[in-house]
Amino acid sequence: MQKIGVFVCHCGTNISATVDVAKVAETLAKEPGVIYSTDYQFMCSLAGQNLIIDKIKELDLTGVVICSCSPRMHELTFRKAADKAGLNGFLLEMANIREQDAWVHKDREEATLKAVALGRAAIAKVALNEALIPGESKVTKRALVIGAGIAGMQAALDIADAGFSVDLVDIEPTIGGLMTQVDKTFPTLDCASCILTPKMVDVQQHELINLMTFCEVEKVEGYIGNFIATIKKKARYVDPDACTGCGLCTQKCPTKNVLNSFNLNLDNRSAIYIPFPQAVPLVAIIDAAHCKKLQEGKCGVCAAVCAPKAIHYDDCDKLVENKYGAIVVATGFNPIEVHAFNEFAYDQSPNVITSLEYERLMSATGPNGGTVLRPSDKKHPKTIVFQQCVGSRDTTSRGKTYCSGICCMYTAKHAMLTREKYPDTDVYVFYTDIRTPGKGFDEFHRRAVEQYGVHYIKGSIGKVVPMSNGNLKVQASDLLMQRQLHIEADLVVLAAAMEPDKSAKHLAQQLTASMDNDGWFTESHPKLRPVESPTAGVFLAGACQGPKDIPSTVAQAGAAASKAIILLIKDKLKGNPCVAHSAENMCNGCGACANVCPYSAITYVEKEFRMPDRTTLIRRVASVNPAVCQGCGACTVACPSGAMDIFGFSNKQIMGEVDAICQ
Amino acid sequence: MQSEIIKRTVELFNSEEIVRAIGWRKGDFDYDLNPSIFKSSEDLEKNFVYNDFSSANLSKFLIKISQKEDGKTLVFLKSCDTYSFNSLLQEHRISRDKIYIIGVPCEENLDPSKIKAALGEDVLSMSCDGETVTVETLDGTKTISKSEVILDRCLACKSRKHVVYDELFGEEGEVLDSKRFDQVEILENMKPEERYSFWRTELSRCIGCNACRDICPACTCEKCVFDNRDSGVENKVATNDFEENMFHIIRAFHVAGRCTDCGECSRVCPEDIPLHLLNRKFIKDINEFYGNYQAGDDIETLAPLTRFDAVDVEPSIVKTRENVK
Ligand SMILES: Cc1cc2nc3c(=O)[nH]c(=O)nc-3n(C[C@H](O)[C@H](O)[C@H](O)COP(=O)(O)OP(=O)(O)OC[C@H]3O[C@@H](n4cnc5c(N)ncnc54)[C@H](O)[C@@H]3O)c2cc1C
Ligand code: SF4
Ligand code: SF4
Ligand code: SF4
Ligand code: SF4
Ligand code: SF4
Repeated sequence: MQKIGVFVCHCGTNISATVDVAKVAETLAKEPGVIYSTDYQFMCSLAGQNLIIDKIKELDLTGVVICSCSPRMHELTFRKAADKAGLNGFLLEMANIREQDAWVHKDREEATLKAVALGRAAIAKVALNEALIPGESKVTKRALVIGAGIAGMQAALDIADAGFSVDLVDIEPTIGGLMTQVDKTFPTLDCASCILTPKMVDVQQHELINLMTFCEVEKVEGYIGNFIATIKKKARYVDPDACTGCGLCTQKCPTKNVLNSFNLNLDNRSAIYIPFPQAVPLVAIIDAAHCKKLQEGKCGVCAAVCAPKAIHYDDCDKLVENKYGAIVVATGFNPIEVHAFNEFAYDQSPNVITSLEYERLMSATGPNGGTVLRPSDKKHPKTIVFQQCVGSRDTTSRGKTYCSGICCMYTAKHAMLTREKYPDTDVYVFYTDIRTPGKGFDEFHRRAVEQYGVHYIKGSIGKVVPMSNGNLKVQASDLLMQRQLHIEADLVVLAAAMEPDKSAKHLAQQLTASMDNDGWFTESHPKLRPVESPTAGVFLAGACQGPKDIPSTVAQAGAAASKAIILLIKDKLKGNPCVAHSAENMCNGCGACANVCPYSAITYVEKEFRMPDRTTLIRRVASVNPAVCQGCGACTVACPSGAMDIFGFSNKQIMGEVDAICQ
Repeated sequence: MQSEIIKRTVELFNSEEIVRAIGWRKGDFDYDLNPSIFKSSEDLEKNFVYNDFSSANLSKFLIKISQKEDGKTLVFLKSCDTYSFNSLLQEHRISRDKIYIIGVPCEENLDPSKIKAALGEDVLSMSCDGETVTVETLDGTKTISKSEVILDRCLACKSRKHVVYDELFGEEGEVLDSKRFDQVEILENMKPEERYSFWRTELSRCIGCNACRDICPACTCEKCVFDNRDSGVENKVATNDFEENMFHIIRAFHVAGRCTDCGECSRVCPEDIPLHLLNRKFIKDINEFYGNYQAGDDIETLAPLTRFDAVDVEPSIVKTRENVK
């Protein structure tokens, strides 16, 4: 016989203001199987929990229903309380009468009726619940950090400092990320290299960090504590252990006209190259697409001059497989392409550049050794016009609807550094709004306006027309003064919107981690779990989760690392007992379930069946690996015969709930 | 054609390539054929019929046979039947290596009910020379043009192509540009109340005989939910005055994306309920939402509704994909 106890929570006034909790308790007391029903101010408080524990013991309850908040909030709390009282936690159900009722309704009568219906559903379900015991799985004490920008490096360092091995993977030949291309950094204006390079060296030298540059994560399988990743080591044609980074090969290589992507194609490099002098690892790499030896079979100069014999033209991509307990995603972001913005004439004139290209022009490791010269004729620019929000806060299909967050600040930085170094240069900045919430940020921007005399104009460039002498006719509007401006500029700099790295989508698919419409990784809870992805064991660091400056990136990376450490420090993890299983006698072996399972948890086995006529029959049936199954339920919906079912959320239980609601 | 088919099958029997054949057997009337197993060449030579009334799709019979019996089974499949065959193969319900397929050409089947409706019930025999159907009745010989008595499903034939076979009689056919969604569109253009009353009128004739489910090559479950007291569905069917609502809606969902549009359900329904329209609506929607998909076209392509694709991780990504299109 069922002996169900119902506990209706006031949640202070959160619920009781809209729902007549006493009436709910009174009505639910009459439901079949219910032997006790009450309301209480705060069920989750110690006193509330004790009330549950006492009643379970006193009345020998077989099931408990708590009408309160979302199970996400307190299911664990209440299950623990039930366990304490000797009742299996899975014999407890929650009816969410707060988020799904009190908070979304105004009418007290209707909300009360709904609370009763939700309570009934939970009672109907709990009557069909079975005691479940979670299994245990071991934790692999190794972390995988994907992306080695400042975020990935910081996370890897923190995890390694806690004593766990880390594989740090980057798709590029060097670590460092976008910061390697930035000249000086707001708000302090210290040079990016000065703060970044020592970190890169720390990473390289840490004995628990295994650097895997020029590598791609191809496939990820498994689950929290037990991920298996297949990583592709792309052919570099240079043995990183042998190469001393002397650079002789890069000097001797006859193919010198390859666009230099590190300097955003503003100058050239050789086919064998070292990305930049501070690259980590400081190892050469052959750009196969441009190497004469690899393309045409003739040349071989670099191998001839390399004293340690590090160059191997027969190198090929290799796959390695590794196990990890935790994964940190730190794939960062990039500026969008600006070709679609015809009005700015980016494709028509080399003197229209993006902000990141401007960083390279200013940088000592850039194409002109740090002297700002305009690309068309290397003349010193006397008038520079900056345009903010190119593609940000843009509701057309060309751009992104969001604010890219960092452009106001780096444009102020660019304007200020330009005026500081070249006081004879006129600097204009066209902006939509200035958004500088951050410690010392508004002061920073004001300094640009007040101290450095940068002409900040609310408005936008309407059209840029390149002239034959390389100058640019800029036609713009000043929204505050309500007038058209005509400026003849030497250089136009576009603050392009930021977008997640394009390779992140493949990764998200492999990790079954969610992304939002714009491709940013989504967090498990925007406020309370900001560095955890909804996929257990996968954590988010840095700009892959949304546009960020360096301080926020580093802070988030530290937080993600600490979450990973909390996981890695455990020896065993409790599994989720609410997994799928198939009733073999009903299973057709049709494959529908395996086809929809996002976690590849289902395989097939040949089973022998005794038939009523005493013959035996061999049939293919589905079999679920409970360690891999996440209990998502996709298979149960796909299964036509109802053979596939989930413990704790069986078809029958759900039908029971629906019936109770429709009563 | 019939004699050629018999000749070849006898050969296969004699060479011990096959041990049985599934085909159409003479019934009480020559227009009333029964799907049946022929275990010997003698039986086949005497009783096998292939004519304009060989409508039954034989692929579903292969499930039990390939689970239980040894030796190769020959099956005759019309082009539309081959799609069902592929579907069953894809769902691992039959073993390809135990089956020998003879693809038989199809010139549109005739509908005995239409003939009777036109010429009266007292029919003794029916035959067709390709253009004209000649019917012997109690009150003498009557004729009717073939085009007036073609089986409904054949009027909207989707394909004359045999998508799978070991041996083919006649020419290789083509996928047709059928107008099979026209009727669905008529339903779509109805007002909801009109549509509701259309289905209510149609389905209210259902006598719950289960013939549609039993014939359906997509309905092959070891234990159908409607025969399973534990399923929680079985007892739902009879919960209101319009009990067949549930049965048909649930079944339509179960075969959604798997139905090959073979038309067997409507053909066998003793109440002539146009069940295929329910399933065809699903097919049309799937085509529109996910791109054209024909169940049974091949055995590699997975049905859009029962496939997890890495790009499906998030509804948002599905949405972006839509935007891109
Ligand atoms: C023009 C400009 C100026 C800026 N100036 C400043 C400034 O002055 N001050 C400031 O605080 N911030 C500044 N920023 C912002 C700063 O660059 C970012 O905050 C920081 O780079 C974010 O670090 P991250 O590690 O999250 O991402 P990233 O730096 O983008 O690093 C991501 C790394 O992941 C790698 N990666 C990507 N995909 C994969 C994959 N699939 N597999 C493996 N590896 C992958 C990339 O190669 C890269 O190394 C500026 C940004 C721009 C565009
Ligand atoms: S519930 Fe089913 S579909 Fe989901 S992970 Fe488990 S086995 Fe796979
Ligand atoms: S979907 Fe159902 S019937 Fe098909 S294999 Fe999976 S459990 Fe078996
Ligand atoms: S539902 Fe009807 S048309 Fe579809 S496969 Fe089944 S019998 Fe054929
Ligand atoms: S109605 Fe559903 S459960 Fe029954 S046989 Fe068809 S697909 Fe299987
Ligand atoms: S064949 Fe016709 S009458 Fe029989 S169950 Fe199906 S729809 Fe109803």
